[in-house]
Amino acid sequence: MSVAHDHDHGAHDAHHHEMSFIEKYIFPTDHKYIGKQYMFTGMFMALFGGFYAYVFRMQLAFPNMSVPFFGRVSPMEYNAAITQHGTVMIFWVAMPVLIAAFGNFLIPLLIGADDMAFPRLNRLSYQIFLVSAVVLIASWFVPGGAFGGAWTAYPPLSADARYSLTPMGSSMWLIAVALEFAAFLLGGINFIVTAMNGRAPGMKWNDVPMIVWMICIASILFMASVGPLVAGAIMLLFDQNLGTNFFDPRRGGDPILWQHLFWFFGHPEVYVVLLPATGMCAEVIPVFARKKLFAYDTVLYTTIGTGVLSFFVWAHHQFVAGIDPRMANVFTITTVLISIPIAEMVFLYIATLYGGSIRYTVPMLWALGFIFAFLIGGVTGIYLGASGADIYFHDTYFVVAHFHYTFFPIAFIGTFTGFTYWFPKMFGRMMNETLGKIHFFGTMISFNFIFLPLFATGLGGDHRRIYNYNNFPELATPDLQNLRILATVALLVLIAFQFIFIYNTFYSMFFGPISGTNPWKATTLEWTTPENPPGHGNWPPDNMPTVYRGPYEYSVPGREDDFWPQNQQS
Amino acid sequence: MMAVGSPDLPVAREERQPAVPNAVLAVLLFVGAELMMFAAFISAHAIGRANMVEWPPPGQPVLPLESTAFNTLVLLGSGVAMRYAGRLYDDGKVDTSFKALLGSLAAGTFFVVFQGVEWARLLADGLSFRATPYGGFFYLIVGAHALHALVGLGAVVWMVARLGRNTLRREAFQAGRLYWYFVVALWPVLYWRVYL
Repeated sequence: MSVAHDHDHGAHDAHHHEMSFIEKYIFPTDHKYIGKQYMFTGMFMALFGGFYAYVFRMQLAFPNMSVPFFGRVSPMEYNAAITQHGTVMIFWVAMPVLIAAFGNFLIPLLIGADDMAFPRLNRLSYQIFLVSAVVLIASWFVPGGAFGGAWTAYPPLSADARYSLTPMGSSMWLIAVALEFAAFLLGGINFIVTAMNGRAPGMKWNDVPMIVWMICIASILFMASVGPLVAGAIMLLFDQNLGTNFFDPRRGGDPILWQHLFWFFGHPEVYVVLLPATGMCAEVIPVFARKKLFAYDTVLYTTIGTGVLSFFVWAHHQFVAGIDPRMANVFTITTVLISIPIAEMVFLYIATLYGGSIRYTVPMLWALGFIFAFLIGGVTGIYLGASGADIYFHDTYFVVAHFHYTFFPIAFIGTFTGFTYWFPKMFGRMMNETLGKIHFFGTMISFNFIFLPLFATGLGGDHRRIYNYNNFPELATPDLQNLRILATVALLVLIAFQFIFIYNTFYSMFFGPISGTNPWKATTLEWTTPENPPGHGNWPPDNMPTVYRGPYEYSVPGREDDFWPQNQQS
Repeated sequence: MMAVGSPDLPVAREERQPAVPNAVLAVLLFVGAELMMFAAFISAHAIGRANMVEWPPPGQPVLPLESTAFNTLVLLGSGVAMRYAGRLYDDGKVDTSFKALLGSLAAGTFFVVFQGVEWARLLADGLSFRATPYGGFFYLIVGAHALHALVGLGAVVWMVARLGRNTLRREAFQAGRLYWYFVVALWPVLYWRVYL
């Protein structure tokens, strides 16, 4: 299929002609605009994801009361809201923002290329993604409502409309997910080809900024793991609509098979979104510690090690699904092993801080916040990775709290790290630091107040798939209910603080102080563009950058400036 | 503050030759993802088979081993012809390369048509898509391959048209061949897992 696109270099011809509004904003091939399209679509979807969370948290804290802006939550709507929240946040927020938006915006700029290897394929990728988002949102309004089988869509409940009660919603959910994967497959191919073949002269493998490595490795993980899920999704779609029996045990199907196909993708997916977020920390921390990234090679190898290991841990999601206990032992070992490279990476970031002259700018605060929050997520994961403990924790709120301590740092703290850091490059203006700090502390504190109580309710036996705890007297105790209310109130506070971010973003985009081309005094190539924000082609065609050194040369002894840009010969 | 790049350096981006051309690398990555999808189909098939007491299940027809073996050879022949087309093209013999490519196209088309006839016959014999995973997996996996073969044939037709006018770029030809090799090499594995 890519044959037709092999000479996709329309971008060069367009270099010197003024683009119309439609060419520039509606159907752009410029990687920066496609990146921004992904960014704002992802953030828009986050509003949906957040709204669904608000709906079901309100129902849990104040059962059967009318939720403002929504009304009474029916059990079907509760299930649909949970499912849509999970799906939207992972596939329509974390993936498009962290991989697609930052990948598109950053990769050509950081490797000194004028655009992606296949700009038109890139545009197609966004268009498919947009269609997938529309299909997903529309599924809420079809007869029967949106799919309510959780983002994991376990059969047999998901395989037959008689069980799921959402004849259209469940198929639309699958189609939306499939379209979205097609979009990211095109995007991932583009990222890797661009990073392989588009690097500036002189940029060797270990001169490539870490975020580019991380996004490329994440893309490889995605492409290597998505095939099984696509296969499973096709089979599930056939089960739903054509009456086959791949997953329905009544006529010889196997529901556990779906769990394997799903989690073979689902667990690497965690690392697909994690790696870009850690990559942002790797970019931001050296800049604001004014110090070289500690052990570049080791960071890279731990990333690759994590990526390889992530393919051998999936069955830790199935310890209670009836798999062989000996098999569970193997997956316990691989799961606990994978914490070693990730812990190593965290230590290397902390070592980068050691002895640096640290500046607590907003992006730096977010990067440090990421390390703090993700650490809690990682450490609680060890309990769940051990099959003995997991049998008790399975499907409790402990699990929910654990993966929100990984996914919230990834999808939001990571995004805020990158967004506040590269904002001057995207829009040419600075964000407001004071508002940024208010947003940071408000978000971090309320985030912890949402999920720390959930660890406690989970340990207290709170099952995670319950619509109304009043139906379960032993779980409806005031102790547990007060913690649920605390979590819900903290969620409201968290949402309220996001309006500060939205205001700061749009105000600064148009009225913030002009940033200049290199406001953070950073060394990587994106800060060397003559125009800010960079024009189409990033650099003048006769003056593309050449690279002479690694990406993190800060505080080099004997130099007047404390930073040494990659493209400066001496 | 700094010179952006050095004006005295001859920066000629478009003339640099990457180790693997863009188009070839893209197809390689795409094929990798596809291989994982087929690997999942094959493992799902193995699990479905292990779950059944009888394979084929009672009342379901046996798959046509011999005629499909013959058809497999035809497809392999198409792959060999494609390989020759590539080598002749690299040697500068565009005319003979064109003939070899036509041969590859003919064999590939025969394969798809023959599979279609077999499929129609199996439907008539009562191999049900719905009744058991046996038929479900057969139509799913063979159909997925047929879809890839059709896309591949489309690419080959495109290459034939371009090569006939001698406007086929080297990388495009390489990428197209790579995709066709994927279609050809995948089939014997599917034959082994699904038919035998």
